[in-house]
Amino acid sequence: MSILVIAEHDNTSIRPSTLNTIAAAKLLDDDIHLFVATNNSELPNSASTIETISKVISSVDDTLEHQLPEALAPMIKEVATSYSHVLAPATTFGKNLMPRASALLDSQQISDISGVIDQDTFKRPIYAGSCIATVKSNDSVKLITVRATAFDPVQLSGGSAAVESFDSVVSNDKSEFVSEEIAKSDRPELTAADVIISGGRGMQSGDNFHLLETIADKLGAAVGASRAAVDAGFVPNDYQVGQTGKIVAPNLYIAVGISGAIQHLAGMKDSKVIVAINKDEDAPIFQVADYGLVADLFNALPELADKI
Amino acid sequence: MKILVPIKRVVDYNVKVRPLSDNSNVDLNNVKMAVNPFCEIAVEEAVRLKESGTASEIIAVTVGTSASQEQLRTALALGCDRAILIESEENPEPLVIAKALAKIFEEENPDLIILGKQAIDGDNNQTGQMLSAILDLPQATFASKLVIEGQTANVTREIDGGLQTIKVNLPAIITTDLRLNEPRYASLPNIMKAKKKELATKNINDLGIDTSARTEIISVELPPEREAGIKVESVDELVDKLKNEAKAI
Repeated sequence: MSILVIAEHDNTSIRPSTLNTIAAAKLLDDDIHLFVATNNSELPNSASTIETISKVISSVDDTLEHQLPEALAPMIKEVATSYSHVLAPATTFGKNLMPRASALLDSQQISDISGVIDQDTFKRPIYAGSCIATVKSNDSVKLITVRATAFDPVQLSGGSAAVESFDSVVSNDKSEFVSEEIAKSDRPELTAADVIISGGRGMQSGDNFHLLETIADKLGAAVGASRAAVDAGFVPNDYQVGQTGKIVAPNLYIAVGISGAIQHLAGMKDSKVIVAINKDEDAPIFQVADYGLVADLFNALPELADKI
Repeated sequence: MKILVPIKRVVDYNVKVRPLSDNSNVDLNNVKMAVNPFCEIAVEEAVRLKESGTASEIIAVTVGTSASQEQLRTALALGCDRAILIESEENPEPLVIAKALAKIFEEENPDLIILGKQAIDGDNNQTGQMLSAILDLPQATFASKLVIEGQTANVTREIDGGLQTIKVNLPAIITTDLRLNEPRYASLPNIMKAKKKELATKNINDLGIDTSARTEIISVELPPEREAGIKVESVDELVDKLKNEAKAI
């Protein structure tokens, strides 16, 4: 049977996490359909060029602008019945939506898969990534969220899927969108960045993050943070890397003033190269770092900014 | 206003969990257990709503073995008024927990359900959303701010791009994120008082729900270990290694 992937987008373009999710779907079956619910009638057409998908199921309505789960989940329930698997990225979008759809379908969702063994069996991290569980699902329709960093994305272009419209839009009188504060930055997004430089409690203040930003701008890097730095109010929540924040796996991850709690490691230990800068030589972050520098970050960062 | 706060007994967040030697599951023998940190935030939010006069009664509920009474007593010591244990086998799936909680909702008719966004054992992040679906109620997940206004709640949510504020009609399900509040510690007098508060017990098999497991754990393994790296002596050496050895910059 075919696989349904729920597209994450901002009504203008398809989010990269969708492309990783399609890559995971490819491991299950070749016939992959993409569900696009949006207020923008152009978006389904532009999504149809994504490589490897054979059909776009498009639902276009003004009420779908904010894609609230109270409206979207019943629509997924209706569409899902002709599929063996329904996949979405394990981002805040997918995490919010998919369990609601899963319960409507009386199916036990498999969250945050990092590997596909066969049609029924998946690998997923548990206990902040301390262990990897292999889990088999016996539900007839399987709802799955996908850890984007575990699957290399498919291309946005090269495909020519048919676009089919799905018209039964569900009205939602339970919840409404009020406002949004979306961080705007010229730097790459954390989850898509090739290089990330993150600060922890050791940064001592939000102002000191400019030391990281200088280096980030030189390297074309994104800036992240540990939970401690976010809780302390140094930087906003969208910076947080870790078990309950963002999961990242860049080519280079530079952890500065971060001790390396297991909850932080859960979000970054699949990075290709890890650098740690910390004045405490016993900090656990050094156990996962390829290159560790025991130094006062307030000396090391300006010097690093000069020399790269 | 009546608030229902579902909580979960989990391994303490400081414990590094390992697989059993036969890799059949995780090894939970003799490890320290605690209230799931996100559930502590849920309890705290409910207690603050009571302290501000918005809420009149807080009921803590959990689905688990009788050992979970310990965590319900903690919730009572933190300010919940009474507690319900739905006794089940170990580790029921989120869908089963959500179905059981829906039954308690029907009995208690709360105006608000506040629960953690995820438990730090299975890291599933499902129960609140599933409960909302089963009850056909609105959901406000990953909350960092909650303001009750009459029969609605304004909830600010932590999303990947920043913050989103939505308005939900009550009754609603709220799941907590880290920045919603900083939970208090239970005081000794309150721990003593909690021993006298009501703790009712029900059996999950009496609720008339399907409790069958839909998934099975085939194995549990350690993740591939990263090879320990090296310490560099200077920023110069670091830059050299990154450029010439790792070719990462």
